[in-house]
Amino acid sequence: MNITVRVWRQKNAESKGKMVTYGVENVSEDMSFLEMLDVLNEQLTLTDDDPIAFDHDCREGICGACGVVINGQAHGPQVTTTCQLHMRSFEDGAVIDIEPWRAGAFPVIKDLVVDRGAFDRIIQAGGFISAPTGSAVEANNIPVPKDNADHAFESAACIGCGACVAACPNGSGMLFTAAKITHLGLLPQGQPERDSRVVGMVEQHDHEGFGGCTNIGECTAACPKGIPLDTISRLNRDLLGALAKGKA
Amino acid sequence: MAVSGLIMLGYLLVHMYGNLKFFQGREKFDHYLHETLPHILYPYLPEGGFLWILRVVLTVAVVVHAYAAITLWRRNKAAAGYVGGSRYQTKQNKTGYQRSYSSFTMRWGGIILALFIIGHVAQMMPNWLSPGGASDSKYDRVVNGFEIWWVVLLYTIGLVAVGLHLAHGFWSALTTLGQNHSSTRRGSRWTAISIGLATVITVGFISVPIAVFFFGAGS
Repeated sequence: MNITVRVWRQKNAESKGKMVTYGVENVSEDMSFLEMLDVLNEQLTLTDDDPIAFDHDCREGICGACGVVINGQAHGPQVTTTCQLHMRSFEDGAVIDIEPWRAGAFPVIKDLVVDRGAFDRIIQAGGFISAPTGSAVEANNIPVPKDNADHAFESAACIGCGACVAACPNGSGMLFTAAKITHLGLLPQGQPERDSRVVGMVEQHDHEGFGGCTNIGECTAACPKGIPLDTISRLNRDLLGALAKGKA
Repeated sequence: MAVSGLIMLGYLLVHMYGNLKFFQGREKFDHYLHETLPHILYPYLPEGGFLWILRVVLTVAVVVHAYAAITLWRRNKAAAGYVGGSRYQTKQNKTGYQRSYSSFTMRWGGIILALFIIGHVAQMMPNWLSPGGASDSKYDRVVNGFEIWWVVLLYTIGLVAVGLHLAHGFWSALTTLGQNHSSTRRGSRWTAISIGLATVITVGFISVPIAVFFFGAGS
């Protein structure tokens, strides 16, 4: 198949970017979206053009490194990561718009690459448990109800790709933050730091310049891992509980 | 945002109860407004005292709601990472995946509501702004006003704005207060309840002007 792509090109963080149009020929429908970009980059290299910078790592949908906005949708038309999106999702002759995640907290570094360090700093503000090191304890020593284990696992599936922020009309990182709060808050190991975790993470989230959640629900529809929307209500419950105890 | 919104919603339900008394006729309607309301909790409170408390609470709720909205609006605009005038340059999928019409009319809808409330309060001042003719009977003023087409039209616009605002607002308030247990917005029972509530309030309020304008109630 032959397609046309319009890609956001931006030399560096300071420069002004713009959409640039390229034609890509003989694209196999079995290629992943990133492989199509690889082919385009080979073309650009042959003509001494600057290849398009984009983030990627595992290319099997579990690391969270890749992610671009395709035709206005984070990770494109399928609910999966960009690396797991295949060209068969597009029609022959399609014009595909490719842009970086847009958020105040995710500044563009180059082309389609954004700095998602803000997510790391939210995790540093409480998205962990403090556990004594040593050999791992026997897992079954701490009983966890099946329902809680399932829900915690569902939230632990978050790969921190940032699609929720890119899809949210408010540029809010609430779904990401709430996934971590839910994951740890449902497990016994997460209880001692439950209050300080939610307060610290929400504070850092706001400090990074993410927007406020207005419960529109775009995040969960874009999430390649299907993080459910009720995690945000759980975060709010934890936050109200912590504030009521004077933990701010 | 959530708490001030819920306070105003609670008031709207009581307000609608009063409006629907219109259908009981002139005497009952005027009695409710001129006698019942000013004597709530009387003589614990002076005559009309409860209404003044209500006015203060509602004014505070409106101010808090507007302040929160403006703060959130500015913060979210900065957070969305606009490039020039728009966020994404593409012209495709501008309306996202699953956002509701009501959710992205919250801000403009809120401004329409603010204007509506200003006009509406001005009307409630004793015989100050009385389209259709002043009267000491509030029942007569309702009838006089709603016999004019543009009053009915403005009122309808205001009420549709209320309905849209509530359809997203009630769900959003409860979610903010931690009450959503559904994995998607559409799947939540609160979404269904919000839409139901918004419909009931819009239809309930709008029934009075429709009865007056189209069916000649009260004349």
